[in-house]
Amino acid sequence: MRGATILKANEDKTRQLNKHTLMAYVGEAGDTIQFAEYIQANIQLYSMRNSTDLTPSETSSFVRTELARSLRSRSPYTVNLLLGGFDPRTSKPELYWIDYLASCAPVPYAAHGYAQYYCLSILDKHHHPDISLEQGMKILRMCTDELKRRLPIDFKGVVVKVVDGEGIREVEYEDGGQVLAP
Amino acid sequence: MASGYDRALSVFSPDGHVFQVEYALEAVKRGTCAVGVKGSDIVVLGCEKRSAMKLQDTRITPSKISLVDTHVCLAFAGLNADARILVDKARIEAQSHRLTVEDPVTVEYITKHIAGVQQRYTQSGGVRPFGISTLVVGFDPGTKVPRLYQTEPSGIYSAWKANAIGRSSKTVREFLERNHKDDLSRPDTIELAIKSLLEVVQTGAKNIEIAIMAPGKEVEMLAGEEIEKIVEKINSDKDAEANTRRAGRGGGGTAQGGEQVLASRPAGEGGAE
Repeated sequence: MRGATILKANEDKTRQLNKHTLMAYVGEAGDTIQFAEYIQANIQLYSMRNSTDLTPSETSSFVRTELARSLRSRSPYTVNLLLGGFDPRTSKPELYWIDYLASCAPVPYAAHGYAQYYCLSILDKHHHPDISLEQGMKILRMCTDELKRRLPIDFKGVVVKVVDGEGIREVEYEDGGQVLAP
Repeated sequence: MASGYDRALSVFSPDGHVFQVEYALEAVKRGTCAVGVKGSDIVVLGCEKRSAMKLQDTRITPSKISLVDTHVCLAFAGLNADARILVDKARIEAQSHRLTVEDPVTVEYITKHIAGVQQRYTQSGGVRPFGISTLVVGFDPGTKVPRLYQTEPSGIYSAWKANAIGRSSKTVREFLERNHKDDLSRPDTIELAIKSLLEVVQTGAKNIEIAIMAPGKEVEMLAGEEIEKIVEKINSDKDAEANTRRAGRGGGGTAQGGEQVLASRPAGEGGAE
């Protein structure tokens, strides 16, 4: 459904950087894609040149540097990012929260935009360092349910992607159901 | 002698030669040999490896086969140092192409770009041409048709079914001309590539490097043991063939019979005199 305020509801706002690093972005419409694809091209170029992939933490440093450079230019990118990856050397998943002011922090869970005001408290309460994928999906369900209940803007659902040792895959996420107030 | 016409790069000799470009071709001829062979659904690159010195770490010494993009592979013959620069330019163009048109490059496009860079270095001031020829192989995005192109220092590029560049490339090319068939299967293609290299590589398997490309897959560098296995197979096939031929010619069939024929010949000549 399209209208004056809705152009597209199912846009995939992620870019795969290499085999095991995924970047999700929000922000100014043109900036986001331009910046994400610029990062994607450079990360892939690194892989071709050195026949090895950058680890998520190395990638996060590169992204942060690029944002910091952009911030001090005449027209900075207004892009906020979440960088999720799996480090094949340490066999550990990593998540980085990066914003348009070029702050970067490794975090156990993260959110950007309005959503974070509703989700972070749920994540604070329910997240543990050693949860399984199923438990993680359960917490995600709690978050999206909360968004449906309380977000003043019409909630169009989410695209869910899982990053693990096997790589990156999109998973089915049923979010058509009605959510009642508790 | 070149009589001064090889001083500046961008100066023709009176008979229409650009000597520096021809010297670059000479550098290619002195480089180690590389072959490319197309099969029905794969394409194989083979390279002669310089034998490493005793203390050299071969695992991390750069290879003559390099990846330009996930679906395009390049082998070169000539000056290693020049190749690094050219390969890097190709890699940047491949990523830049993805960024601007959201599509991976076609093999012809990147070949044309590489050849274009090589041409530019034959017509600019203060530079010298790239002393390398390249074989560019791969698959266009979304297709299963193998591609094989060659570029030269002059900037010429051409498409091939199978080709060789570098040292003794003429011998190898003639071998390929005799033995290449359309619709080669995967093992046959790999075998032909190795066989053709063995024409000029005396030291055998440990000085051969093989890269295999298949549609939609990452490049596969053939392991040393597997190359060795194929080389052994080729050698045993060759021996078997030689034995049957000798048997056919000798009539009697033994090696001894062959010797008798040879021994009788000078005697016969002596009789004629």
